[in-house]
Amino acid sequence: MPFYVSPEQAMKDKADFARKAITRARSGVVIDCDAGILLVSPNSSRALHKFSELYDRIAFAAAGRYNEFERLRQAGVRYADLTGYQYDRQDVTARGLANWYAQLLGTIFTESVKPLEVEIVVAEVGASAELDQIYRITFDGTVSDEHHFLVMGGQTEQAAAVLKERYSEGMTLGGAMEVAIAALADQANGGGAEITGAQLEVALLDRSRSHRTFRRLTGARLDAVLAEARSAAPESPARESDTPESGTTESDTPESGTTESGTTDAG
Amino acid sequence: MAPESDGRRLPAPFLTAGTSSFSDFLDMAAPTLQPARLGVAGGMPSGGPDLPHGTTIVAAICADGVVMAGDRRATAGNMISQRDIEKVFRTDEFSCIGIAGVAGIGIDLVRLYQVELEHYEKLEGRTLSLEGKANRLAGLVRANLMGAMQGLVVVPLFAGYDEDREHGRIFAYDVAGGRYEEHKFHSIGSGSVFARGSLKKLYRDDMSVADTVMACMQALYDAADDDSATGGPDVTRRIYPVVASITADGFTRLSDEEAGTYAQAVVDGRMRRPDGPTAPLREPAT
Repeated sequence: MPFYVSPEQAMKDKADFARKAITRARSGVVIDCDAGILLVSPNSSRALHKFSELYDRIAFAAAGRYNEFERLRQAGVRYADLTGYQYDRQDVTARGLANWYAQLLGTIFTESVKPLEVEIVVAEVGASAELDQIYRITFDGTVSDEHHFLVMGGQTEQAAAVLKERYSEGMTLGGAMEVAIAALADQANGGGAEITGAQLEVALLDRSRSHRTFRRLTGARLDAVLAEARSAAPESPARESDTPESGTTESDTPESGTTESGTTDAG
Repeated sequence: MAPESDGRRLPAPFLTAGTSSFSDFLDMAAPTLQPARLGVAGGMPSGGPDLPHGTTIVAAICADGVVMAGDRRATAGNMISQRDIEKVFRTDEFSCIGIAGVAGIGIDLVRLYQVELEHYEKLEGRTLSLEGKANRLAGLVRANLMGAMQGLVVVPLFAGYDEDREHGRIFAYDVAGGRYEEHKFHSIGSGSVFARGSLKKLYRDDMSVADTVMACMQALYDAADDDSATGGPDVTRRIYPVVASITADGFTRLSDEEAGTYAQAVVDGRMRRPDGPTAPLREPAT
């Protein structure tokens, strides 16, 4: 550098830069329910994913610049597989991964010319809801231990307020989906028509599965959950029963809507 | 100022490995974790110390997929080192592996291979084709060639359900990493010659899973009958061969009770005729 910049100013500039990119991204919701941990985000791309499997009971979620968080995702998979191979599968924990990511992101933030414009979440499903863990790691390596739900990326205040008001412990999958969609409503489809499965990326860390719990919800399975969500909406009070796939699912709608160009800003 | 400490450098292999292969990544990040890679001059003489050896694995294609079964005995020299060793492993939802040879290295190889398949799937977002899985295994076997030449031989038998062809497939290997597809049945290990002879007479095309399991059980019994290093069903301790089937619905391992039922049926039949069921002397004129 040919001239002097105070470290404080440099850090602040980096932080502002990263934060701006993250707030420009679409929001994602991570929400805890009785079935496990549900992850929902508007994303019409079928190739570029924001949610991914890291290990048996651990998922990775990210917002921000796609190619950067994709690199972090791959590094996390390598770290998890190496740890599981070197020790045992049960020795791979979300906490360990979150700490590792924190070190990585912190180092990149301080030492690189440009910080990573990403915010990532590492979530682990436990045997019961009390044992579920959700960690948020920001672009500068700060880790926070979240409870029950979180909103990542985009304008979080509005969505977080909806979640805070509507969330309750022990929700069913349909109930949790309904709350998540309500929180994301304005962002997913311009607040207009009802959300279809094609506009969402949905994943679940399924508590009832053994071994690998991460499942993407797509197609008919997703339509069924969306139907459950609609029937659990406040207009039809206290009807959170597991209704079978209703005849009004939108599985026949053409996959139109704004096609997401594969830009580096995530979905 | 002191030289930059290790903790501040970024873990390069994790970020830049540029490969979806777990074993290639291990070479970069942690080469000491590779299954025993022996190639040092003056290594153990051929034959080696009395390391536990694993022994007869059979696999047979059936109408709905493929069945694999393995005995439970591990020998070290002339002693039985383990009565209930498992030699047939699920590698992923549509494939499995049986190992013969040095048990310690074989189990390590299987473990690495299981992570290899899962690793690829997580990084790439798709599972490998069955051919791809078979090829990858050939690579891992090839990597153990040095050790094999010093007597630490491990040879796998690989079987899986090919979702594209909707058919079961079996692949055999040699220590150089050669890969050979078998179209009906195959067997490896010290008792394989006896098992293969038995299956030659018992095998039919397009059998049900249950009948194929029965044929494999008979073949393992015959192998144990003639090979001291292969264990027959241990009815007193209730230790039976590990039997797995792979169909369009995925991998299933028979429970001990189920395997016991088949094993008991074989034993009951042998009480009447110790050499097992006869095959017709001539094929009926069609």
